[in-house]
Amino acid sequence: MGGSSVAQPDVRLRMYRQMLRIRLVEEAIARRYPEQEMRCPTHLCIGQEAPPAGVSAHLEADDLVFTGHRSHGHYLAKGGDLAAMLAELYGRETGCAHGKGGSQHLIDLDCGFMGSAPILASTISVGVGAAWGAQMNGENRVVVIYFGDGATEQGVFHEAMNFAGTRRLPVVFVCENNLYSVHSAMDVRQPAGRAIHELAPPHRVAGLSGDGNDADVVYDLAAGAVAGARGGEGPSLIELATYRWLEHCGPNDDTALNYRSAEEIAVWKARDPVARYRERLAEEGVLTDALDSRYAAEIADEIEGAFGFARQSPFPTPDALARHVFPG
Amino acid sequence: MERQIRYVEALREAQAQILRSDPDTYVMGLGVPGPTGIFGTTKGLQEEFGSDRVLDMPSSENAMTGIAMGTALMGKRPIFVHMRVDFALLSIEPLVNQAAKWHYMYGGKLRAPLTIRMIIGRGWGQGPQHSQSLQAWFAHVPGLKVVMPTTPHDAKGMLIAAVEDDAPVIVFEHRWLYNIKGPVPEDMYRVPLDKAAVMRAGKDITLAATSYMTLESMKAAEMLADLDIDAEVLDLRSLSPLDTDTLLDSVGRTRHLLVSDTGQEEYGVTAEVMAVVAERAFNALAAPPRRIAMPHVPTPTTPALADLYYPRARQIAQAALEALGSSRTLPPEDSADTAWKDAPDPSFTGPY
Repeated sequence: MGGSSVAQPDVRLRMYRQMLRIRLVEEAIARRYPEQEMRCPTHLCIGQEAPPAGVSAHLEADDLVFTGHRSHGHYLAKGGDLAAMLAELYGRETGCAHGKGGSQHLIDLDCGFMGSAPILASTISVGVGAAWGAQMNGENRVVVIYFGDGATEQGVFHEAMNFAGTRRLPVVFVCENNLYSVHSAMDVRQPAGRAIHELAPPHRVAGLSGDGNDADVVYDLAAGAVAGARGGEGPSLIELATYRWLEHCGPNDDTALNYRSAEEIAVWKARDPVARYRERLAEEGVLTDALDSRYAAEIADEIEGAFGFARQSPFPTPDALARHVFPG
Repeated sequence: MERQIRYVEALREAQAQILRSDPDTYVMGLGVPGPTGIFGTTKGLQEEFGSDRVLDMPSSENAMTGIAMGTALMGKRPIFVHMRVDFALLSIEPLVNQAAKWHYMYGGKLRAPLTIRMIIGRGWGQGPQHSQSLQAWFAHVPGLKVVMPTTPHDAKGMLIAAVEDDAPVIVFEHRWLYNIKGPVPEDMYRVPLDKAAVMRAGKDITLAATSYMTLESMKAAEMLADLDIDAEVLDLRSLSPLDTDTLLDSVGRTRHLLVSDTGQEEYGVTAEVMAVVAERAFNALAAPPRRIAMPHVPTPTTPALADLYYPRARQIAQAALEALGSSRTLPPEDSADTAWKDAPDPSFTGPY
């Protein structure tokens, strides 16, 4: 981790605010989820806020993002519309996919958020294709593809990296390694002593890694990867060590399932990416208590408004059932 | 007289015209620019259109299908070629989970105009993994259009229509159709992706069929004509969407149905066609409908068993006689028909 790219104070504040926003949105969803009105599988990203905040700080509106099922942070950090996302979780006509996708299929083309899908690694190839299409079109876009550690066990991950390396495509692969594929730990899935980022160089993809719970580290790693992609130097993979606080799917703590120890969970919660960054920015005089409170209040208002919009929106009408099977 | 060319040449001409008319199109697949050019269907195209438009690829059918779809999201119109249906099974995840659903599951916001050519192998011992005819699998998936052109005319017109369609379209081409000659206009024309074709008008029984089985049905119709039975032959052409109007109209007139398909009988195209007719035209039927398709066994390699596996015109004609309750009998098979039946014509000498 070079530390060569240090964010300006205004950028660091934006990253902090974005992480706080993602955290508060996810907490609000978790609180309301038991009301059983958001009737779709929902994978919350509490604990994993730093990667999207740090990566998106380098992206332009016409850069593209593809991701998997744990996508709320990626969507929001890229500029996705919060009200449309919540309406989608509530299955409403005003949802970003008109209620047909739910939490697992967010989309916001206005900000370049091209889609998310829960089949492991399935959007990796599609994202690489979008980068190739952009290259064919002569467009200078960067494509960021987020996925987890489990996706790197899929053959298509390697196939897609092989092609991105062959064609020198403007792709940044971002692996959020949270150590578990649902309830399966790394030691039954990947060889000991081999890091995920080491899989990249054999495909002629640059391999980087760092603390995925530190927004400054993510920012620094992404700076080089995004600039490299934009400058024609080809693709990179960034492996970010991070941790999911809640259950794989749903709003609850899952310590009682015992697939990971209470001690391990406590260690990772002590490395809370939001709290750590708040303290660092406060110590460095970048963030004041007053500004922090203002952010929290603004975000709370935004969330309240977005939930209100979602809950008041109509459901799709029956004629929507058979609409959009084929493009008209 | 109208120009006559072979199916393989019609496919090549279609792709050349597509590439010429729309700079966003490209053709990709293992061996596409190679010396044999996918049995000749892509031969020489790279020389004319360059390696950015006519390309080979890594042996990664899964990722390359997702990648082709990704380019389609960016405005490209890829034609993706698989030399065998069997190879395309490596790409079933991006086709079924992704391409088929992205338009619907994102509320109509995205389009992935992807054309996939899948070639059905047969003969010369293609065997269990080089001859599968899995059109029913794909037709079962909402969001995929599935067509099976039989004639050179339709091969060209449907491929052009497929590429211009905004949905993912799978075009199944039977290898035994490649040498068939027929009239093909030189201009760039389209054949709709949702219409069956009446290949031979008749009043006694409807022989509905797909792809190569349409040709076998035409031969069966000739055998029946010799017995004074007037069969109508319907080339279904489009499986999804299925042209039920033309099917029901035909059965309504002939009151008899025999449907044949290049795939397996169980849970296949023949089952769907019979279900449609039974549900919607039961009272028009004067006798139970019949079907002829592949038995529920993998394709054997030896010609001694493959000849038993593949039903032919004679079986169609025999089943039609039974469906009609006719006491007439087919003449005995002539001796030329007793040689191995693992080639469509004498020019077909393997290894393909």
